[in-house]
Amino acid sequence: MTAIVTKVAKYGVLILGIVGCVLVWATGASSQEASPLPAPAKIDSGDTAWVLASSALVLAMIVPGLAFIYGGLVRSKNVIGTMMHSFIILCVVTLIWVLFGYSLAFGPDRGGVIGGLDWAALSGVGSLPHPTYGPTIPHLAFAVFQLLFAAFTPALIAGAFAERMKFSAVLLFTILWSIFIYCPLAHWLWGGGWLSKLGALDFAGGAVVHTNSGAAALACAVVLGRRRGWRTDYMAPHNLPFVLLGTGLLWVGWFGFNGGSARGANAVAVGALAATHLAASTAALAWMMVEWMHRGKPTVLGVASGAVAGLATVTAGAGFVGPLSAMLIGGAAGVLSYFAIVWKGKIGYDDALDVVGIHGVGGILGLLATGLLACKALNPAGADGVFFGNPAQFGIQTLTVVSAVVFSFVGTYVILKLVDGLTGLRITPDEEATGLDISQHSERAYS
Amino acid sequence: MKLVEAIIKPFKLDEVKDALLEIGIQGMTVTEVKGFGRQKGHKETYRGTEYTIEFVPKVKIEVAVTDGQVARVIETITRTAKTGSIGDGKIFVRDLGAAVRIRTGETGESAL
Repeated sequence: MTAIVTKVAKYGVLILGIVGCVLVWATGASSQEASPLPAPAKIDSGDTAWVLASSALVLAMIVPGLAFIYGGLVRSKNVIGTMMHSFIILCVVTLIWVLFGYSLAFGPDRGGVIGGLDWAALSGVGSLPHPTYGPTIPHLAFAVFQLLFAAFTPALIAGAFAERMKFSAVLLFTILWSIFIYCPLAHWLWGGGWLSKLGALDFAGGAVVHTNSGAAALACAVVLGRRRGWRTDYMAPHNLPFVLLGTGLLWVGWFGFNGGSARGANAVAVGALAATHLAASTAALAWMMVEWMHRGKPTVLGVASGAVAGLATVTAGAGFVGPLSAMLIGGAAGVLSYFAIVWKGKIGYDDALDVVGIHGVGGILGLLATGLLACKALNPAGADGVFFGNPAQFGIQTLTVVSAVVFSFVGTYVILKLVDGLTGLRITPDEEATGLDISQHSERAYS
Repeated sequence: MKLVEAIIKPFKLDEVKDALLEIGIQGMTVTEVKGFGRQKGHKETYRGTEYTIEFVPKVKIEVAVTDGQVARVIETITRTAKTGSIGDGKIFVRDLGAAVRIRTGETGESAL
């Protein structure tokens, strides 16, 4: 049974591709005839240029960004396998997104829960702007921008199952998770789903990306179990310069992640970009200080981790809060994420690369902070938070947190059990000792 | 013939090498090794996980010498590799059963 399903997983991508081509041919041809040829005058080239550039920036966050962060954090025998995750997840999610993922997430609402398949194979998604998703940019630009968010999120989760997951399982998990967890949650918050109807604020993915990946990562750590030799073997990062390189790319890319979520080159984008940078810097400093006091030395890994925590935390409110609020958020992020990781050690689950502590905790903190600090004067499309006279917002944000955590954790748990039954999740103990690079890919990183 | 094996602190390598050349030694082999004796290792911390590293990086020098040179070589290495603090290293002397110069085929002491 396992052998058959492994074969299906191997050829599954090929099958998906063929299905995709058929779908594109069947629907794409007709949609090309239907849409008018010249782009309407409403398209703003500045807005479009910024969203396109932001797409490239978010791409840089995945490869090389995450690839290098995660690659540097693992042991040298696993570096190729770990970097492979970022690359292949990007490619798999791209396929799914185009075939039906974008439609499920952002398509016309069905019951507040999911979009339909109206836009499968990007049918109808072309040069005409979509009135809510970006009235001044081609709809396709928005779809591509969101594609990269959809790819970034499962690539984050890979940090939790680092160094011990079967490659075929990674593929199957990515496919199922993108469809059944990412798309619904994106729909609830951004695609006109029930949380957005309640007024939940998530500017660029505090819930959809970070809380989501954090909760999923916890499920992965719990289901897969600890790495062999956890706590006894030397598992220090094999290449901290890689980690710093990746962190820098993440920081640069995040300007597009948050800035581009304004869907235009406007004041909100500027505010989001500024908030992003301020939060990252203060979070890095905050982590450094806490670590220095707690452990006696400031570490470079700490500064880098702090920066990422700040970036993740500010994501929910980047376009809704002011600069000083962003610094407060960053400071809180640095401190809380630091202790979340210290407590991870005490609780004892093996989230290898700290997705829960940084992205999970960060996402939750960011959503709640947005409930406190959001200011409608800065972004009329947002709302006011508690400190600006709207206590109800905090309740809505809390509901968002709880919904995202429960849905993501439970859903991911179920998917993992399913994948375990179909292909098996973990590599064998011998393979784990040899390393992912040789066992999964027959490649060596360093000769 | 003897093989003199010296494990020393890495930063002392150049000093030891120069001193050995001065006393007429014409070749040596150097390897990067890890080890510990009474010198304690150090602690590393990565995101709250602490590792105690017992092994300390060292350098091993191997020199093939005639019986008559052994005492002088030991004295030279000891003098130049010493810092006075724990972890200076050790010298071992092994018997060398044979030696061959590959290029010319010379054996015995003329191969050294």
